[in-house]
Amino acid sequence: MSAIRLPRHLLSAGDLSRDEALLVLDTAEELAQLADRPIKKLPTLRGRTVVNLFFEDSTRTRTSFEVAAKRLSADVINFSAKGSSVSKGESLKDTALTLEAMGADAVVCRHSASGAPHRLAHWIRGSVVNAGDGTHEHPTQALLDAFTMRRRMGRLEGLHVAVVGDVLHSRVARSNTLLLSTLGADVTLVAPPTLLPVGVDSWPCAVSYDLDSVLPKSDVVMMLRVQRERMHASFFPTTREYSRRYGLDARRMANLPDDAIVMHPGPMNRGVEIAAEVADSVRSTIVEQVANGVSVRMAVLYLLLGGALDEEVGA
Amino acid sequence: MTPAQPSGLRPDHGTERPVSGDPAVARPVLEEPDVGRALTRIAHEIVERNRGAGDVVVMGIPTRGVTLARRIRERIVAVEGVEVPVGSVDATMYRDDLRLRGVRPLEETEIPAGGIDGRVVVLVDDVLFSGRTVRAALDALSDLGRPRAVQLAVLIDRGHRELPIRADYVGKNLPTSLRETVHVLLRETDGRDGVLLGPADLGRPPTADTEEAAR
Repeated sequence: MSAIRLPRHLLSAGDLSRDEALLVLDTAEELAQLADRPIKKLPTLRGRTVVNLFFEDSTRTRTSFEVAAKRLSADVINFSAKGSSVSKGESLKDTALTLEAMGADAVVCRHSASGAPHRLAHWIRGSVVNAGDGTHEHPTQALLDAFTMRRRMGRLEGLHVAVVGDVLHSRVARSNTLLLSTLGADVTLVAPPTLLPVGVDSWPCAVSYDLDSVLPKSDVVMMLRVQRERMHASFFPTTREYSRRYGLDARRMANLPDDAIVMHPGPMNRGVEIAAEVADSVRSTIVEQVANGVSVRMAVLYLLLGGALDEEVGA
Repeated sequence: MTPAQPSGLRPDHGTERPVSGDPAVARPVLEEPDVGRALTRIAHEIVERNRGAGDVVVMGIPTRGVTLARRIRERIVAVEGVEVPVGSVDATMYRDDLRLRGVRPLEETEIPAGGIDGRVVVLVDDVLFSGRTVRAALDALSDLGRPRAVQLAVLIDRGHRELPIRADYVGKNLPTSLRETVHVLLRETDGRDGVLLGPADLGRPPTADTEEAAR
């Protein structure tokens, strides 16, 4: 029996070794079967408390974590910055200590500041799961994307993955690049030069400015949302021009290999980075990704909280 | 219903077992043909007790229980000539000792195509010890459906139950001390068939709970 254990916190997709990442995917594979059963619930995390600490708006990630924790019978507390003491000026640290005092075994944290979950991990005893921090990382998204690719394509090793669009503001792109390179896939980032982060040449991937030259050799195309809410300058002349050069429409999709798939982490801007006909095509895994997100987050919560916690070891 | 007796095998003659902590190597208690004969007898008993195999579904508890379940199913099919579904049920998520050690990897749960509702489910495991794994498997089963009845088949019953659970079909009753370990070897996973009785790992506290985990 393998004795692989995840690190106590899941902060970065880059923290996971190949074996740890595969353990999450294999565990998720077993848990995915639960969706087909009459009783979609397991008693495993009874008595554990999971706090969803969301400082930034989110629909799918927060509900996904909530469903995942509830299917494992954990108690879930949803905490959003709106309507909480944060709006009265409470600091992240004081919020964290309050949650700690309430006995949170895991804190799932989304924050607009890159690195907030890392800070949190120093202050509390429980596990911290990064559910998206600023433009930095979103490790469970990368895990569910890898899970979706492996299910659809049957493998990850040697898979050619194009990640297209607003890489600069994308935590999904960074987490995916780190995780997919650990798992042996070849990642190519495709974006206009203005939407690539400084230092991208040090990432474990290739970079291209030309979508049409990358598509014919891609097994997976992952379209990123143009994150206008984070754009405080002009990164491209017009939406129309961006869409022409970096949007995926039916014409471009026809250049993909026959079995290639199209992914999008959501929420989508239909007509900007992805055409409606592409999003709704058989190649699209967008709805599957949401379903897989629950299985992967269940796997992460089980692997972090299912065994003896650090303070319970030796007890 | 009384627990099945090891009628197909010679009774255990009370051979000497290694003393606690004795570094003697593990000693075979069942050889390859014995394992085969025990499984054949169990298959016949299942058919006899259920008056045929029409409703029977065989579900193994991973990992060796699944191998044994497949072999028992083959034998039932050979005797009865009817199709018998086989599957597996992983009890990991239902265990009561999850928090006593690091997290365990999950094993496969495979529900047979026809499901288990209204069927007679024969749970199969290699060694029956504290009964805690079987308790967890019963809980797991009840989340998968509602069988008409659940029966339990094990290759080895080594005693030391901690819960009111007994097997309906037993390959061999093997009285053991808590300090001993029972190793079931199967061709598919271990290269050969056999059952070994050995002294416990030194330094391990002698409870059925921890020893079951060690095997």
